[in-house]
Amino acid sequence: MKIEVNSIKKEVLQGTTIHGLLTQLNIVPQRVAVELNLSVIDKNQFEQVSLKEGDCVEIINFVGGGEAPASSGNTALVGAVQRKGKYGSKQTIYH
Amino acid sequence: MAVNKPFIIDGVEFKSRLIVGTGKYASFEENKKAVIASGAECVTVAVRRVNILDHNSENLLDYIDPKIYKILPNTAGCYTADEAIRTARLARSAGITNWVKLEVIGDTKTLLPDNEATLEATRILVKEGFVVFPYVSDDPIMAKKLQDAGAAVVMPLAAPIGSGLGIRNPYNIQLILEAVSIPVIVDAGVGTASDAAMAMELGCDGILMNTAIAGAKNPILMAEAMNYGVRAGRMAYLAGRMPKKRYAQASSPAEGMIE
Repeated sequence: MKIEVNSIKKEVLQGTTIHGLLTQLNIVPQRVAVELNLSVIDKNQFEQVSLKEGDCVEIINFVGGGEAPASSGNTALVGAVQRKGKYGSKQTIYH
Repeated sequence: MAVNKPFIIDGVEFKSRLIVGTGKYASFEENKKAVIASGAECVTVAVRRVNILDHNSENLLDYIDPKIYKILPNTAGCYTADEAIRTARLARSAGITNWVKLEVIGDTKTLLPDNEATLEATRILVKEGFVVFPYVSDDPIMAKKLQDAGAAVVMPLAAPIGSGLGIRNPYNIQLILEAVSIPVIVDAGVGTASDAAMAMELGCDGILMNTAIAGAKNPILMAEAMNYGVRAGRMAYLAGRMPKKRYAQASSPAEGMIE
């Protein structure tokens, strides 16, 4: 099935979990935060939450930066944000 | 005489009043050495997408250990309250901290803060349980509003981000210090150690900088200079400077001169 990860189209197997996706991408889950369709997913849900066709996943981490924007050369999260309305991301899942 | 209030944020006491950024360094290694030389105990980091096509397994936090340093994620690069809130929520879900240095930038040319959006985002993030460090203009009224909104500290700029111009309006910084009871941390615009000392001499509780260190010819040496500058400025503030006078006043006795 097709999903989007950080705005890049990707093909994954049906039933792939967030944890599974991170493993495929060679990303250590402890180091990142994940948003699925604009909802933050708690780390302890990574193995439970399965992806569906058309899902949009954002995977972020901490990079160098101080009082200056986008100094890292990494793609900023920012570009992807505007598609949602006021205070965009849904409230979720914090403990 | 000024009282040496400890530097406490959200129950965490810092010995160092310097907070440093992690942008613009040549390498993680250089960054780490600069942080050590600065003596800082709190380090700000940006939140960015992982590059899934070319994923480097090395991570900033392998060098800046969150067990040793208090990590302060920032919303640098956000231009709306919406983006900043979303970034803050993601940062918190990384599981290291609920602190956030809130930046909502007003325009790309000046990188000055959008104070209105910053206040709006502060209100929401405070309600959601974040410890909010808002970056704001050197405006005492806005500082007071941010305090009322529940900000943990207020971070007025010294000068535009990355400008190195030093404290452009020390009088406003002093007004902010009088206006609020939460810690005042000057953020952005310092260029060299004397700027840091000046901020501290005014009575600021702390100072945050990135470019002044990372942009120096020798960042590690500048980090050490900032360490001393911040401490010297704080000591001078506590000591209380002599009054300024328009005319000379001899410091040696007039009596007993050889004739």
